[in-house]
Amino acid sequence: MNKIERINDFVVRFANVNGSGSASANNLFAKAIFRLGIPVSPKNIFPSNIQGLPTWYEVRVSEHGYLGRRGGFDLVVAVNGQTLLQDYRELKPGGYFVYDSTRELSADFQRTDITAIGIPLTQLCNDAFQNPKLRQLLKNIIYVGSLAFLIDMDFALLTDAIERQFAKKPKLGEPNIKALEIGYAYAREHYPDACKLSVRKIDKLGDAILMDGNSACGLGAIYAGATVAGWYPITPSTSVVEAFEKYAHMFRTEKDTGRRKVAILQAEDELAALGIVIGASWNGARAFTATSGPGISLMSEFFGLAYFAEIPAVVVNVQRTGPSTGMPTRTQQADLISCAYASHGDTRHVLLFPCDPRECFEMTADAFDLAERLQTPVIVMSDLDLGMNDHVSPPLHWDDGRRYDRGKVLSAEDLDNLQEKWGRYLDVDGDGICSRTYPGTHPTKGAYFTRGTSHNEYSAYTEESPVYQANMERLLVKWQTARTLVPPPHCKIRDPESRIGAVFFGTTTHAAYEAISRFSRQGERKINSLRVRAFPFQDEVAEFIHRHETVFVIEQNRDSQLRTLLINECDIPPQKLQSILNFDGLPITADFITAKMQACFDRQGSSRPADIEGGNA
Amino acid sequence: MSIDRPVFRHPQAAQNSAGYTRRDYEGAISTLCAGCGHDSATNAIIQACFELSIEPHRVAKMSGIGCSSKTPAYLLGRSHGFNSVHGRMPSVATGANMANRELLYIGISGDGDTASIGMGQFAHALRRNLNLNYICMNNGCYGLTKGQDSATADRGSVGKKGVANPYSSIDLCELAIELGASYVARGFSGDKQQLVPLIKGAFAHSGLAFIDVISPCVTFNNTATSTKSYEYVREHIEATNTFDFIPLQQEILAHYPEGTSQEVVMHDGSIIHLHKAEAGRDITSRRRAVDTLEEEKARGRLLTGLLYVNPDIMETHDIINSTLRPLNSLTEADLCPGNTALQQINAGFR
Repeated sequence: MNKIERINDFVVRFANVNGSGSASANNLFAKAIFRLGIPVSPKNIFPSNIQGLPTWYEVRVSEHGYLGRRGGFDLVVAVNGQTLLQDYRELKPGGYFVYDSTRELSADFQRTDITAIGIPLTQLCNDAFQNPKLRQLLKNIIYVGSLAFLIDMDFALLTDAIERQFAKKPKLGEPNIKALEIGYAYAREHYPDACKLSVRKIDKLGDAILMDGNSACGLGAIYAGATVAGWYPITPSTSVVEAFEKYAHMFRTEKDTGRRKVAILQAEDELAALGIVIGASWNGARAFTATSGPGISLMSEFFGLAYFAEIPAVVVNVQRTGPSTGMPTRTQQADLISCAYASHGDTRHVLLFPCDPRECFEMTADAFDLAERLQTPVIVMSDLDLGMNDHVSPPLHWDDGRRYDRGKVLSAEDLDNLQEKWGRYLDVDGDGICSRTYPGTHPTKGAYFTRGTSHNEYSAYTEESPVYQANMERLLVKWQTARTLVPPPHCKIRDPESRIGAVFFGTTTHAAYEAISRFSRQGERKINSLRVRAFPFQDEVAEFIHRHETVFVIEQNRDSQLRTLLINECDIPPQKLQSILNFDGLPITADFITAKMQACFDRQGSSRPADIEGGNA
Repeated sequence: MSIDRPVFRHPQAAQNSAGYTRRDYEGAISTLCAGCGHDSATNAIIQACFELSIEPHRVAKMSGIGCSSKTPAYLLGRSHGFNSVHGRMPSVATGANMANRELLYIGISGDGDTASIGMGQFAHALRRNLNLNYICMNNGCYGLTKGQDSATADRGSVGKKGVANPYSSIDLCELAIELGASYVARGFSGDKQQLVPLIKGAFAHSGLAFIDVISPCVTFNNTATSTKSYEYVREHIEATNTFDFIPLQQEILAHYPEGTSQEVVMHDGSIIHLHKAEAGRDITSRRRAVDTLEEEKARGRLLTGLLYVNPDIMETHDIINSTLRPLNSLTEADLCPGNTALQQINAGFR
């Protein structure tokens, strides 16, 4: 048997039962890899359930810095009886099967191309600990201890992490350390040379952080000065507002009064959540909500109102699998069309596409500037993978010289100095953006009546066709202005002569870059790439596509939603755009993209890259 | 379209203590049907604001969709107004109020807007005790779509369509009391004398003040067989009490014989002085208030007046412990923790 032999480059999968406390143990493992300076990418694959259903946690260790999912796994810690056989069968040939040997494996487990590593987890745990509640949690810690030995991990790294975690409750730390030792000692005694996967300290991370996107979005809203949040709980967006609240308590509590410089309201539904945001923004506060696809559907009417009445609104959409309630705890990038054109009538909304926690932070902060500058909704398009999983990311940074762009808002003094009659919907500057006033600004000037029905330049009700039409056309001028303000795409030209391009966004980025680099390393296939970061698309997007013969559009939905937007908005001939679509609810893998690209090249007559991995491809 | 009023002012028009004339509280000319109850309700709001010497620009007018929701255009022309989405006035008003707790908020809605499409938002604004004057102009029908029954139409009531409403009706006042409103009143657009002080009391109240104003629809629901017609309401009306609203810092000149009145001190120090119609009607008792409404209903009477008040309850801002400063006045210095703090946060993620 050829054992898989790798240093700092493998995938570990943990197969657990939901609600058994495995998440913190698995997280401990991922964090330890991170602290070795090795790029790591943990993915929690969990069910819509609190307790009992299967859950997996996949940790990719990649010295080369590939942060997407690779596909397949080299070692599995299989401690869920429900999926034991499945986990066994899916393990790569040459891989390692770590299981609880308190019970013997049945006759179904007969693979000869893998290494089985039995650790009597239950027995070890029960022998060492009395408290039944603790037993369940510590059983997980025991396998982390064993794993540390198997992959040559510095044991002190784990004990340090435990001590840090329980700094305030050292009593709770003790049994955890004991459990680690038990697991480590057992593996050392029984499996001294079993595993050929190993980690080695290396500094590939610099000042990087390991953070979830939702915390970064919540923090972005804090830094951007959001003071009002209306929200309704929905997975996977809930932790955005929870993070916002946590940091608000930290940074927004008045010392003298104990009162908070924030208003966070859990609304009765998503309609009310966006209504609260619109009301607050109309009245001059920075306000936002976080939701997922079903919430966007419910908010649709309000999106139309905000677009037409021209009221800022920031929405973080942490996308999940649809349609309807779909797979609520699985990831997808499938709300592009529903968000880009949300609501009835002619509407278009600004979308931002972050790909890592730093962009979650920056784009959420930028969304407030954009929404107020453009007086329109701006939707930050995150997804479950980005929002709820920890990602290696460049550290967050804030420029202390930065001032909030509150857009065109007239003060009492501005109103007094006006020479012409003020009109709420009067485009004075020719950029399609008109000035607004907050309620209570001036005793006699600047009051207006906001309405979703058609209005003239002075905000008076009208049903005159030319007036309505002129207003709708002005909104298109504003849309053109938006194109100049949103973040530009990231373009990588690996070979100016190459006729092949790839376009993608958000969490598809990392796996796409890895697939592209596999072809590059082969030396004969340079694929240029463009990472879309916003909608509306800038000219660069269309130019990139036009300069290539074939452009892969890689995304995580069934209906080629980015491709549809590109065709619709950039006048691209559809046959030029080759879709690569992953919509199984799991983060897209580099193997999958590589195989799809290869299949396309094969049709065109070309050779295979050297290192396609198997797995989910 | 909106029709502006001429700007002419009578030189000797009476001014209130803030220096405004009644005209300063008017809005555009109404485009509702002649004789619409909503126009009378609008006038009562104007009168209340004038008498209270409220600065018009310190009021924000919020509404949903429907005939009633159009009325903010016809009052307080110097105030910002927001005619939002059907049934969603409460959430928009909530957001607006969160942004600036110093303004006065008046939310105008109708029976379709409140009792059907917006029932959820109505309920939750009540629960949170949002500091809002919530006025529902209730005519038992959908006027703008030509007269369908609404959820407040009484069972058996027959409007212009000629078909008796087969469903039971929702009593918004009872519901409001149940759901935690802290000021609940019912008025009649045809009784300005009662309605004006009810609105004034609502302005003084800190929390959600709900006023159900029975406001007949002259076009679709003013038939002899309708229970929301002018005639029917006039014949069946029963006032809980007459009362005076005494704003803060105004000397109490009236003399009330002992035992004939109940005094309620509002949050801002204003006083509501009730002349008891009969014994046992304690308007600070929630249970008693609901019982009284039911008893009068059983007698075929429509009870109006101030039905329930709890001046001691906390409004939303106090419940969530938000700053006393308007959130929309805070700047970078108040809100942004800065890069040094961010670097510490980064360290926590390593």
